Amino acid sequence: MLSTKDLSFNYPQGATFSFPNLNITEGQSLLVLGKSGSGKTTLLHLLAGLMNPADGLVEISGVNLVELNGSKRDKFRGENIGIVFQSAQFVRSITVFQNLSLARSLAGLSANNELAESLLNELGITHRMHAKPSDLSIGERQRASIARALVTNPKVVLADEPTSALDDENAALVANLLQRTVTGHGAALIVVTHDQRLKNRFQNSITL
Amino acid sequence: MLGLAYANLKEHFLTTALSVMLLAIGIGMVSFIVTVSNQLNDRFNRDIRGIDMVVGAKGSPLQLILSAVYQIDNPTGNIPVSEARRIITHPLVKYSIPLSYGDSYGGYRIVGTDSVYLRHFGATFSSGTSWSGSMEVVLGKTVAKSLEMSIGSHFHGTHGLETEGEAHEEAHYTVVGILNETGTVADRLILTSTTSVWDIHHHPEESDEHQHGHADEESNHYEDDQQITALLVKFKSPMGIMQVPRFINEKTSMQAALPAIEINRLYDLMGIGFSTLQAIGFLIMCIAALSVFISLLNSLKERKYELALMRSLGASPTKLFALVLQESLLLCLVGYAFGIILGRIAVMTLSTFGEEQFHFSITQVAISEIEIWLLPITLFVGVVAALIPALRAYKTDISTILRNE
Repeated sequence: MLSTKDLSFNYPQGATFSFPNLNITEGQSLLVLGKSGSGKTTLLHLLAGLMNPADGLVEISGVNLVELNGSKRDKFRGENIGIVFQSAQFVRSITVFQNLSLARSLAGLSANNELAESLLNELGITHRMHAKPSDLSIGERQRASIARALVTNPKVVLADEPTSALDDENAALVANLLQRTVTGHGAALIVVTHDQRLKNRFQNSITL
Repeated sequence: MLGLAYANLKEHFLTTALSVMLLAIGIGMVSFIVTVSNQLNDRFNRDIRGIDMVVGAKGSPLQLILSAVYQIDNPTGNIPVSEARRIITHPLVKYSIPLSYGDSYGGYRIVGTDSVYLRHFGATFSSGTSWSGSMEVVLGKTVAKSLEMSIGSHFHGTHGLETEGEAHEEAHYTVVGILNETGTVADRLILTSTTSVWDIHHHPEESDEHQHGHADEESNHYEDDQQITALLVKFKSPMGIMQVPRFINEKTSMQAALPAIEINRLYDLMGIGFSTLQAIGFLIMCIAALSVFISLLNSLKERKYELALMRSLGASPTKLFALVLQESLLLCLVGYAFGIILGRIAVMTLSTFGEEQFHFSITQVAISEIEIWLLPITLFVGVVAALIPALRAYKTDISTILRNE
């Protein structure tokens, strides 16, 4: 489902990264561990098509992301990739539920309120669906963020430091939810983090 | 996306409200000034149509025009009929209309004249007929409606043009006719024969036989020892305007004023005020554009992660550009709507004041031409104000922003 080959990236300031080849199928999860500056976020952005690699390819469901031009890549990303960010960013002016609807709309998909509600229910935050993101706790925001990543039925979910800001209890909770929900929906999950607490929670892991 | 644009504006309520308020004030001012100026011009032109010259006592020519044609100022004095006759019978004069005024009722002026005045303004009767004897009056549409009078109603005129004037208790007027609306000064007048005005100001030494039974007489039959207030004159040819006013001003004790010249002078004076206020209105619109620009720019700075997030969710740069543009246009549309409402409120307020003071009302319900033009101008302001912020949104570098989250 997702594979990379000879992926590398050069920053204009001089930093150069070469990444190991990845190969992950649907329902699988992979933990990418690394210290600060090891290129974890760079890898995640390359996998999401947010940056162009210096060399190599990123293939999702047979489509080489690198070869897609701007708008086609945006559309492909919206339809096939879900992203969970470290600080769970949202559009602040609308509710959690509307944020989920917006994600589908931006991906060019029709509204699916039932799926949005069932995801929020699965993640235990149905009661917060009409709240503004700013009214949610950090843990609730992170769960809402997972729901948003899945509401487009993506093939791959990429999570960037999803537990760094959480205490042990919440970090374990979010990691479990992430794995269970994402793989449960048949998507592949890649988590990049420096959080060593997650090391034993994933069967497959690599260190950069 | 329009819903999101609305939600974003609502989220920044105070800055949005400030921009809307500035736009509304600017648009309201321009709409108000243009409406008032157009309606004044229209009203002034309608009342003055067909009058080439006004003859009255010496004094301010503008005052003579305002009092004799528009009935909104005090007369400059009276002129003897014997002198007026020289103009009435002048070979270059097509027709003339004598006016005698100085009394009022219920705040509306009583004007003694002849039937030519009614014909001049194209007045027709909604009920009753014209006066046939002394102390019979015909009411303009506005007067009849405002004073709730009908055929057969009686009233005592009061001396002077104020409602608090001394009443002429010795004689009363009887309403014999009510006019249809003409859209001219005639709507706001109580019209009667010139002899009625002479009769009400009857002096013992004056012969009774001169006071009655002259209702339908034309101007050249008025008694030479009486006075009238002014004479409206229509010439046979432009030659009249060239020769007669100079003759009057140089060879008689009267003055001749040319409405076209005096009203142009008045327009020039008022025009400076109107243009200044209109310029202030447009200036406020420009300040509003600046306010929209700053508000969008600040809002985008706060929302840079949101925009990057939206890009990561699949939004194209064009979509973000359109979102910012929609926010600006939505804000401008709301400002436009409030501006038009504000303009209407200002017109209504002025109209109420004008109705009380001068019986001059301004009505504007439908969208005027300038207001239709203000819509694309406002939207253009919105596009200009949003251009730079929208371009910034378009160029959002998602990866850099998200790396620095």
